[in-house]
Amino acid sequence: MSRIQTTFATLKQQGRKALIPYITAGDPHPDYTVSLMHALVEAGADILELGVPFSDPMADGPVIQKACERALKHNTRTVDVLAMVAEFRKTNSETPVVLMGYLNPIEALGYETFVKAAALAGVDGVLVVDLPPEEAEEFSALLKAHEMDAIFLLAPTTTRERAARICAAGSGYLYYVSLKGVTGSATLDVPGVAAKLEAFAGLTDLPIAVGFGIRDGATAAALGSVSDGVIVGSALVSRIAELEASPEKIAPVLKAILGEMRQALDASVA
Amino acid sequence: MTKYADLLNLPDTRGHFGPYGGRFVSETLSFALEQLDEQYTRLSADPAFQAEFDRDLAHYVGRPSPLYHAERWSKHLGGAQIWLKREDLNHTGAHKVNNTIGQALLAKYSGKPRVIAETGAGQHGVATATVAARLGLKCQVYMGAEDVQRQAPNVYRMKLLGAEVIPVTSGSKTLKDAMNEALRDWVTNVDDTFYIIGTVAGPHPYPKLVRDFNSVAGREAREQSLKQIGRLPDALIACVGGGSNAMGLFYPFLTDDDVAMYGVEAGGDGLETGRHAAPLNAGRPGVLHGNRTYLMEDDAGQIIETHSISAGLDYPGVGPEHAYLKDIGRVKYEVATDVQVMDAFNDLCAYEGIIPALESSHALAFAKRLAPTLKPDQHLVVNLSGRGDKDIMTVARLQGITL
Repeated sequence: MSRIQTTFATLKQQGRKALIPYITAGDPHPDYTVSLMHALVEAGADILELGVPFSDPMADGPVIQKACERALKHNTRTVDVLAMVAEFRKTNSETPVVLMGYLNPIEALGYETFVKAAALAGVDGVLVVDLPPEEAEEFSALLKAHEMDAIFLLAPTTTRERAARICAAGSGYLYYVSLKGVTGSATLDVPGVAAKLEAFAGLTDLPIAVGFGIRDGATAAALGSVSDGVIVGSALVSRIAELEASPEKIAPVLKAILGEMRQALDASVA
Repeated sequence: MTKYADLLNLPDTRGHFGPYGGRFVSETLSFALEQLDEQYTRLSADPAFQAEFDRDLAHYVGRPSPLYHAERWSKHLGGAQIWLKREDLNHTGAHKVNNTIGQALLAKYSGKPRVIAETGAGQHGVATATVAARLGLKCQVYMGAEDVQRQAPNVYRMKLLGAEVIPVTSGSKTLKDAMNEALRDWVTNVDDTFYIIGTVAGPHPYPKLVRDFNSVAGREAREQSLKQIGRLPDALIACVGGGSNAMGLFYPFLTDDDVAMYGVEAGGDGLETGRHAAPLNAGRPGVLHGNRTYLMEDDAGQIIETHSISAGLDYPGVGPEHAYLKDIGRVKYEVATDVQVMDAFNDLCAYEGIIPALESSHALAFAKRLAPTLKPDQHLVVNLSGRGDKDIMTVARLQGITL
């Protein structure tokens, strides 16, 4: 069983939901990323999503976009992100790490070079925001050959027919985008999410985690109650932005936010 | 016999031009693009839709635009005869309106009450604001903050036409960032919003439909050449940023093997300086804004800033069909530097009494280089894609004049 499968199987056994924080690698500075990853695990993260910086993150809102700019200001390259994962793996062999980013920096390395290096570093899955299944055959096959998962997005606009194709192409888990919009958008419609996820029922055995719009314990618990896990990004990254000038304060602040979400998430299903 | 017959069948059903094009977008947009593709496939085969498009082009845009023999300039250069396809005489002053008329009709048929657009020089923004006003659609235009400064007259024109111009302050504050913001808007408002993309780039089916709507210029130029020159021209020349005016001119000639084609990219300060906007000449294939194409990027795959005297060409990518036409050698892609562009701009003012857009002046600059190497019985058709009124502030500034 892969680390991602093991994680979801264990959570299911315990009747708990996955808590999946996102940070952008290299934000606010490459020196802090690995320690932040450990801090998030200590605060209760089940899986880590690590953003690979891109100059033109079209699907992201201003919060993640500025995180990319901060990371790129310190020249955080894709190879540097992989080195961070390898460093993290020196002391953590259990927590799955999923890379999330855009296709062009991966193409710049070359699919094969990237996939081999990612596997070696200890990456468990890759979500390429602008690579839908139709264009992903070659990349997904390479990931599979190196025992990594191809994570795909489902959206409110995804038809059941498309969802079937996406579910068939994906592995590890599926990422349901809770709203029409970019990352960091505010409005959350829990019944709407529940209805949509119900409409996808029967298409897959894969766990479905929900992201976009999760700000605190209450929103995490609400979405956790209708899915297999929640992904939280902008709520963490916006705090990193505020603390850019005093980066040593970031870890405790993120731990507090994530800890509250963990508690709320576990309490809601207990 | 043509060796290029296959080119007319591109893109394939998934939007690929060889290895280029495609649909590289986040999932939220996939459905809207599938719908658009389905709608366009249906309407483009519908004679009523085509008739409405043609009627608008005739009576609102003022087509056909003339094919004008630049006799005095040709004689001055002492070589081939230069013919100008006068897209600058279209309503709104550039080729851009051909496409916005078409896409606004698609918006109307789709029932979406709001349109958005990205714009660089402002020509596409003005052309979008224009058709939005005519159809009573709400219109918001994203424009890089840098370009808002450079193209103040067009910003004001858009406002007069009832559009809201939203300055984009992220990234390099130019066209690519405006496109990022427009895509973000579209993801958020996909149910009630039609995104009118201004060039032959972006996710499928945009490169195809923008090309098709602009091809009216090439079809006219082909007929006009046969009538006025008595045969097809020896070569076509057009500037290439995203490449919509060039695709519009080239497409109806693709299977005329004896017609050479030249796309002219923005050489900025010169390719050797790195300060340019010439991905086909100095970039490499990658993925941006929904399609695979040649891009200006660094070794790590980050998109880099471009430079051009003309805001309309200041874009790090290029339409995927151009990428393919380059690879197979059907079209040659040249560059013109800012200095060469100003020289050609001045020539056209002085010899023909026409103030060309700085974008179009790139095509003129290459024509000026090519014509003297040819004989007087050879003929070049240059797409004069826009008029230069919008650029007079930029030109005056370069000449040290305050208006």
